[in-house]
Amino acid sequence: MVRSISCCILSAFAAFLVPVIANANDVGQIKTAKGAVHVERAGQKLSATVGTKIQQSDTVVTGADGSVGITFVDNSLLSAGPNSTLAIDRYAFDPTTHAGAFDSRLSRGTLSVVSGKIARQTPGAMTVKTPAAILGVRSTEFVVRADDGARPDTR
Amino acid sequence: MRVALMLAAVALTAGCATPRNDLVVVLPEEGGKVGAVVVTDDQKRQTTLDKAYASARTDSPDMFDRSPGMKAGPSSAEEVKKSFGPALAARPARPVSLVLYFTEGSTLSDESKAVVDRMFAEIAKRPAAEITVIGHTDTVGNDAFNDKLSLERAQAVREILIGMGVPAPNISAAGRGRRELLVPTGDNVNEPRNRRVELSVR
Repeated sequence: MVRSISCCILSAFAAFLVPVIANANDVGQIKTAKGAVHVERAGQKLSATVGTKIQQSDTVVTGADGSVGITFVDNSLLSAGPNSTLAIDRYAFDPTTHAGAFDSRLSRGTLSVVSGKIARQTPGAMTVKTPAAILGVRSTEFVVRADDGARPDTR
Repeated sequence: MRVALMLAAVALTAGCATPRNDLVVVLPEEGGKVGAVVVTDDQKRQTTLDKAYASARTDSPDMFDRSPGMKAGPSSAEEVKKSFGPALAARPARPVSLVLYFTEGSTLSDESKAVVDRMFAEIAKRPAAEITVIGHTDTVGNDAFNDKLSLERAQAVREILIGMGVPAPNISAAGRGRRELLVPTGDNVNEPRNRRVELSVR
């Protein structure tokens, strides 16, 4: 009974579901992507789409028309606007104890952060670096803009 | 002496450089709760932003405007949207947790059928949904029996999901037996609220 209902309702959108291959090194996954987005990993430039897995040490880059949203395994949500460069410098999470560390770096562009289980369990265990500051996150939501120093300051 | 001069030169250069105009704005969470961000700049100045729309920018001498509505940055949802619209629009759907209950074995309770509909809707919202399915039991029976039963419950839900068209690799299923009781009880207690599967959809 339940199964037959599920089939009817879901066949409509099953086509949109993207299969993802799980890997122990995966710490997050791209859930939204618009325009030009790529991931730099070990010197390689990988094209990134919805479903692409993110690993520690990846750098996520968006173009002038790009934006990207990533859900991490501790439920932290990071999303970047156009012309952004976001490096995942360190990511560790224990799903049993919720202990972990999450250090990222926004060297240019804009970023929205909804902190997850890491920051809730250990206030300060999540940090975001910008060119001139370091942000220690206690369970919260915030936005941050990084000034890459390249453009005249018109703001 | 030469070292001192060099240091002075470095300090001077650093001082003259246009300060970086980094901006941080704390947002209210759903439900109005506000957390905190501790901001430390490259001159080791530090402040805690813990009010909705409190902001700090690194290029002003009084970088840390602590209260909302000051000139440091945008002070309303609308102003934040102007500067951060695309980043906010790109936010992934928030992860949700759902619980399905079982009458016995791996038969869903009637009430849980509505939750199955909600589960469909949450998965439909997410183009690359990842689902974690954890089965639990009450304390009737020994550990070995309950470990097996909890896994069967998780797998029953996994089968429903696969039947719905969710790719198998996107689902992880595990049983926790009677180790994580929702309602603490003694041994051999028939407790419907403990016979459940917890789902997390991300």
